[in-house]
Amino acid sequence: MVTYKFHQYQVVGRALPSEKDEAPKIYRMKLWATNEVRAKSKFWYFLRKLKKVKKSNGQMLAINEIFEKNPTTIKNYGIWLRYQSRTGYHNMYKEYRDTTLNGGIEQMYTEMGSRHRVRNHCIQIIKTATIPAKLCKRESTKQFHNSKIKFPLVSKKVRPPTRKLKTTYKASKPNLFV
Amino acid sequence: MPFKRYVEIGRVALVNYGKDYGKLVVIVDVVDQNRALVDSPDMVRCQINFKRLTLTDITIDIKRTPKKKELVKAMEAADVKNKWENSSWGRKLIVKKRREALTDFDRFKLMLAKIKKASLVREELAKLKKQTKA
Repeated sequence: MVTYKFHQYQVVGRALPSEKDEAPKIYRMKLWATNEVRAKSKFWYFLRKLKKVKKSNGQMLAINEIFEKNPTTIKNYGIWLRYQSRTGYHNMYKEYRDTTLNGGIEQMYTEMGSRHRVRNHCIQIIKTATIPAKLCKRESTKQFHNSKIKFPLVSKKVRPPTRKLKTTYKASKPNLFV
Repeated sequence: MPFKRYVEIGRVALVNYGKDYGKLVVIVDVVDQNRALVDSPDMVRCQINFKRLTLTDITIDIKRTPKKKELVKAMEAADVKNKWENSSWGRKLIVKKRREALTDFDRFKLMLAKIKKASLVREELAKLKKQTKA
């Protein structure tokens, strides 16, 4: 439907077997990247920080894309992230309402870019979770937890139905009242 | 001037941009301030921006995120199709569609019919003028 920039991948890898360790431990990570190549690179980046293994002495066992199970239901996503600002590293918790986790992550990346001027590569996603409505912390997501929600659309801008019919100049000012 | 058309669960809207242009859809849930979860009997439920929707006066009685069968039943109960096709907005869209689908021969026939109608009207008008003069 919508093409998401960030895809979720499951990456599985381990160190190469050696005489000291015939069957090294296998590690699995779920991470977000724009493509598979980047996903594998990110896997080794994180694994290097956790274990004494590098891409040169490790092997990739599997990489699969994870798709949304129920893209027709709305969920509240909580995202824990670590980002680098101009003065240091900080942790953050953000909440988003969306139908898919990839959509929520994309919202997070664009919001961090706009609100905090953080570039995509300076953000590390620590954890994501689907939060039930009762446990949501942010007012901006809680205000939509209303089964009888009702609001007017305050300004109606009439757009041409295709980009081809767009014109730079118009004869008169548009009437924005609904 | 208060607002008359609200975004609410059960509001019928017309899609005015994008892949589903021209379709009547029902707002089934609200994602956030800019997007709604939208459904129609002949499409997969999806999220769509309010900028791509124009709200209509028709609402149907459904609970939040109903099953497809319940949605279809509620649309039948509220008689959305007939209400839309008999409303002035719906009728205008139908006429527009028919005009777009005219062939050159149809347009020729239309021209003859217009000329005939105009001549009849002018005949009657001449008769009335003569009566008032006399």
